[in-house]
Amino acid sequence: MAVQLAETAPPPAKASPSSSVMAHAFKDAVITGLIALGLFTPLIGFETVIIDGALGLDYRPGTLAVMVGIIFVGRLLLNLTVWSPNRKPSVRSGPTIFDRAGTTIGPAVKPLLLAFAVGFPFIAAFAMGGMNESRYLIDLGILILTYVMLGWGLNIVVGLAGLLDLGYVAFYAVGAYTYALLATSAPINDFFAGFLGETFWANWAFWICLPMAGVFAGMWGMMLGFPVLRLRGDYLAIVTLAFGEIIRLVLINWVDFTGGGAGIASIPRATFFGVPFTAGENGFAALFGLQFNPMHRIIFLYFVILALALITAFATVRLRRLPVGRAWEALREDEIACRSLGINTTNVKLSAFATGAMFGGFAGCFFAVRAGFVSPESFTFDISAMILAIVVLGGMGSQIGVAVAAAVMIGGMEMLRNLGFLNQIFGGDFDPSLYRMLIFGFAMVAIMVWKPRGLVSTRAPTIFLKERKAVSGDHVKEGHG
Amino acid sequence: MDVFIQQLINGLTLGSIYGLIAIGYTMVFGIIGMVNFAHGDVFMVSSFIALICFLLVTTVLGITSIFLALAIVLVVAMFFTSLTNWAIERVAYRPLRGSFRLAPMISAIGMSIFLANFVQVSQGPRNKPVPPMVTDVIVLMDNNGYQVTLAWKQVIIMVVTAVLLMGFWYLVQKTSLGRAQRAVEQDRKMAALLGINVDHTISLTFVIGAALAAVAGVMYLMYYGVAHFADGFVPGVKAFTAAVLGGIGSLPGAVLGGLLIGLIEVFWSAYFSIEYKDVAAFSILAITLIFMPQGLLGRPEVEKV
Repeated sequence: MAVQLAETAPPPAKASPSSSVMAHAFKDAVITGLIALGLFTPLIGFETVIIDGALGLDYRPGTLAVMVGIIFVGRLLLNLTVWSPNRKPSVRSGPTIFDRAGTTIGPAVKPLLLAFAVGFPFIAAFAMGGMNESRYLIDLGILILTYVMLGWGLNIVVGLAGLLDLGYVAFYAVGAYTYALLATSAPINDFFAGFLGETFWANWAFWICLPMAGVFAGMWGMMLGFPVLRLRGDYLAIVTLAFGEIIRLVLINWVDFTGGGAGIASIPRATFFGVPFTAGENGFAALFGLQFNPMHRIIFLYFVILALALITAFATVRLRRLPVGRAWEALREDEIACRSLGINTTNVKLSAFATGAMFGGFAGCFFAVRAGFVSPESFTFDISAMILAIVVLGGMGSQIGVAVAAAVMIGGMEMLRNLGFLNQIFGGDFDPSLYRMLIFGFAMVAIMVWKPRGLVSTRAPTIFLKERKAVSGDHVKEGHG
Repeated sequence: MDVFIQQLINGLTLGSIYGLIAIGYTMVFGIIGMVNFAHGDVFMVSSFIALICFLLVTTVLGITSIFLALAIVLVVAMFFTSLTNWAIERVAYRPLRGSFRLAPMISAIGMSIFLANFVQVSQGPRNKPVPPMVTDVIVLMDNNGYQVTLAWKQVIIMVVTAVLLMGFWYLVQKTSLGRAQRAVEQDRKMAALLGINVDHTISLTFVIGAALAAVAGVMYLMYYGVAHFADGFVPGVKAFTAAVLGGIGSLPGAVLGGLLIGLIEVFWSAYFSIEYKDVAAFSILAITLIFMPQGLLGRPEVEKV
């Protein structure tokens, strides 16, 4: 409430002489610089290095000076421009520029983005001058789409139902291991071989495992969700985090069943609905009279993940119009009001949790078939944090925002790696991917402080009287009560 | 019996460290009702600051007395960690006080990722081993070759923890700062009306929490002799478990919970399986929150509209 009051009633601008403004800004920047010096001295000023087996210290006064200088100059510039007392505060009412971009350009851009996503393998092949040369770009596309799908799946839980889930990677893992175990099935085979005969169990194909992965992940979502969904928001976050870690630790330590830290290798590859991508007579290429090319499989995988992601998006859009989807959004806005109106909050939360988990399971199954190898290493907390960061940056609840955030954060980092001039600035061994999680963490804090609802933060109501009005995220208060 | 006593000693040592970190969680939760997710990483940062300071003191200044060196390291680490946590609160949490409920939590998660990766980038991803600082042990029992030992570093950890907790207890119970803290905890608006500087009090809470985490960081470095950028996450979650188990918001509860978690972890490793010791700790967190959310010494939470 206080924030809104401050926005609608601007404080009277003080007519102070510019010299004192300058002096004040300078003093403030000096203080900030000194604090930054204190903060950075231990960790940037010194580096612990291991020389001949013993720990020694390296001194980096140059880097320290540059960092403190950046903070000082940045603060000074901010003091003189954005935070200057002479600057008239702009009175904001209604959607901001990002919101307007989201609501006006958004609908127009969506078909274009979709067309681009569908045509991407062909564009990539054309641009790179051949299918084999476009392998890198299509792999990158698959990676981005996997994160888009995971982001959309988590968006149901975090963005629509307002439940903070820090263990989303657990469902991704359940999906991946479902396919890995059912398709290679050495432990399951051994289990049944004893009393049902050696030939009882056959390996399952990808297209049967895909729905199974979703079902299993959804069931795990229900099992984990049922006891914890009574908890308040931040407790729920911590408990889901604990569950995510427990599942990972079990995967590492239950060596007989999951292969332990070594994981499960040589998982069967995807087939074109039963037709394998091989050079033989029954292969995909022979069937369609094409020349055999290993890229066919990669391009097919691209379309599989695109279809899965689109199914996620479509299901979310449709669910939002159903009573259960409306209940999710109502729950996000005010839980106590929901309960007063007779909504069974536990069931509603559980349905959101399980639906999100199911899509995580689909994505996990796809991950297993693409990589051909699963191990607990792929399902650390970092992945959960990354997916959450994508959802938060995209604006919780906004589909297009999540897609853009995934493309920028995953694809952008990957692109940075190939920019030669960065190496010339920062030295030869500069690897931007090391800074990826650093930037993710910083961006999460910055977005929360600057625009807590994400960059695209409008709330387009799914139900309305006569006319659909977009509401800026700043005017919606959620989670109070 | 020998094994039991040895594990009891080890468990109490580990529990003291968890208890020190847990106080930071419980105090911040008590005063602004937020789970300070980054606190475990603040602890990790403090052990790195301690490591660097220790190297400076021993190699550059050439101080040979290990106790003098440890005392200097403790003071320096407490100062810099407090400064770090103060800055974190100022930058990442204070602007969000009027925001929606999940905002501070998400910000704290971001800060946690940022801190861990900042240390990874600035100090490198490898383990940083320090030479053992205090190696002497006292043999308590010698039973056919199985020695029950109490290491001097364990004595130091327990004594320092106990002394600091007493000082801290005095601070919270008897001084005006402690009164202000408890007042802000009960009703922030009313406390402000009565002339308490709320921002200042909350900042000081973060500073105290960080100082205790720094003590834990120094002790951890001395006990295990290694610092690693990812070492904040698991101890952080365990300390949070301790805070929840003891009753979040309750200071004696945090210490009690810390000792309990330390004992459970050590006995679980000794008698059941060392692979699943983290699973045990995480399960306790889930079980406590589901069946006993108010913890051992906490007050039940009353939901107000």
